[in-house]
Amino acid sequence: MAANAIERQFAVEQLLARYAQALDGDALESWPDFFVEQGRYRILTAENYSQGLPLPLVQADSRAMLRDRVAALRHANIYEAQHYRHVVSCTVVEKVDAQTVTAVSNFMVARIMHDGATTLFATGRYLDRIRLSNDAAEAKFEERLVILDSSRIDTLLAIPL
Amino acid sequence: MNTTASPSAAAPPRAWPAEGLTRVPYWVYQDEAIYAREQEKIFRGASWSFLCLDAELPGPNTYRTSDIGDMPVVVTRDAEGVLHAFENRCAHRGALLALKRSGEAKEIACIYHNWTYDLKGNLQGVAFRRGVAGKGGMPADAKPECNAPRKLRLELYHGVVFGTLSDQTPPMEEYLGPEVAAKFKRVMNRPVKPLGGYTQILNSNWKLYLENVKDSYHASLLHLFFAKFRINRLTHKGGVLVGGDGGSHVSFSHEGTSSGNEYEKAGLRSAAGGFTLEAPQLVASVDEWGDGGTIQILGMFPGFVLQQIKNCLAVRRVVPRGVNQTELLWTVFGYADDDEAMLQRRLLQANLIGPAGFISMEDGAATGFVQRGVAGAHDYNSFVEMGGAGVASDESRVTETSVRGFWQAWRRRMEM
Repeated sequence: MAANAIERQFAVEQLLARYAQALDGDALESWPDFFVEQGRYRILTAENYSQGLPLPLVQADSRAMLRDRVAALRHANIYEAQHYRHVVSCTVVEKVDAQTVTAVSNFMVARIMHDGATTLFATGRYLDRIRLSNDAAEAKFEERLVILDSSRIDTLLAIPL
Repeated sequence: MNTTASPSAAAPPRAWPAEGLTRVPYWVYQDEAIYAREQEKIFRGASWSFLCLDAELPGPNTYRTSDIGDMPVVVTRDAEGVLHAFENRCAHRGALLALKRSGEAKEIACIYHNWTYDLKGNLQGVAFRRGVAGKGGMPADAKPECNAPRKLRLELYHGVVFGTLSDQTPPMEEYLGPEVAAKFKRVMNRPVKPLGGYTQILNSNWKLYLENVKDSYHASLLHLFFAKFRINRLTHKGGVLVGGDGGSHVSFSHEGTSSGNEYEKAGLRSAAGGFTLEAPQLVASVDEWGDGGTIQILGMFPGFVLQQIKNCLAVRRVVPRGVNQTELLWTVFGYADDDEAMLQRRLLQANLIGPAGFISMEDGAATGFVQRGVAGAHDYNSFVEMGGAGVASDESRVTETSVRGFWQAWRRRMEM
């Protein structure tokens, strides 16, 4: 039986919430599992996006690429210890077909450095395409497009948004 | 161009260490008087500042804002397609003329009192200049045009727009030097197409970023991602070329020309452990220039970088924003004749660069570590003796020759 609107909304919000909790809780290894196998993840600035300029800050076209980024963050890249606090809200879900929805949500991400210095690091929108199981019990990203409101990034963007 | 005396035109506020170019005193990154002198002697002096790509002004009657150091400028393409640049400052009260990053316009009007300028930067209209109904207005002999925004001398060099306030700045070819100029033209060999950009905020003095760019020694030691996959090890064939008065350089390397284990023997962090990419297509590149060159980083004094990392092409603009903050503006581009596969390759390889780049994110942090590290050490010095004491091209990238070249150019202009 196809999921109804309430079930779809619930499934999407659960996915968004678990995703944010995983990133904020340093469970980076679970990050790729929020996507389908050929899931796509990109971060673009709103300025580029609105002008039709395709340049990504981050782009992964599969779970394998997401795992590569996690491996690089864990073993290759050098950055000061830090974590994020995501606040995600205003989620608007639209049905595409029986198993696919699009979702638009807002986010604010604070970055907390190891010494406690806390800044509003990024704000923006998630433009998601999400695949739901028949009963909406399981939801995964087919595409997650992160649109940053600002084109300015302080120092570096290591942990995913 | 007119140079006017200012307080910083006085004697140098500091003396360089007696050792010369092998020492860099930490006050250079922290002293407000040095910063002010740099703006005058370097950025507003006989230097070329990178303003934008020619392709970023897509047609007649377009403009783009940019900077020469602290000084905001507007770059325009007029109705005839000719490029101009002038100070982004109204002759009246000094307000910014162009507010947006880019746009279309036949003239530019200051929003404050609606004084208008043509795209050459000439003051064209003063609102109510003769008053209203015979009352008010400016005296008949007033000449606000005398206070107009300063015009820049431009050179469009192989698709890249450079500007200077000085008529003493040598032509770009000479400024770069023939060897570095050849590498510039290697990448800028046909029309380009901008793919987008972003700005990285560096919490450090602008010179620390330029030194980082010119420091070929750090590349495969700090940036572990490359070393792991043998994209760039100092044992690969390559070199450093230094040109101009020392301020321009290019470092380059060729992939797969070493099977040595020098890093492992030296017990370096960047050789430790091993992991492989599950999706190696991210770094799969094609040899676009037919010369096997995989990396070419070209830095030009005071604040320009032209980058080829595999098939990822970018220009970077370094803008000082005070003693301890710098904006690094990245513009990534492809060629106008790229096919879809090449475009997708460039976009995927953009994962390597920028603030989230596998190989460049550390640079944003490293310059900040120096800025913080030297906070209590104004009168101590960096130790810059890799490759000796000279400023010359080198077959080895285990050298700081182009860092010393940067300081040679800096000291000459600063008269220090």
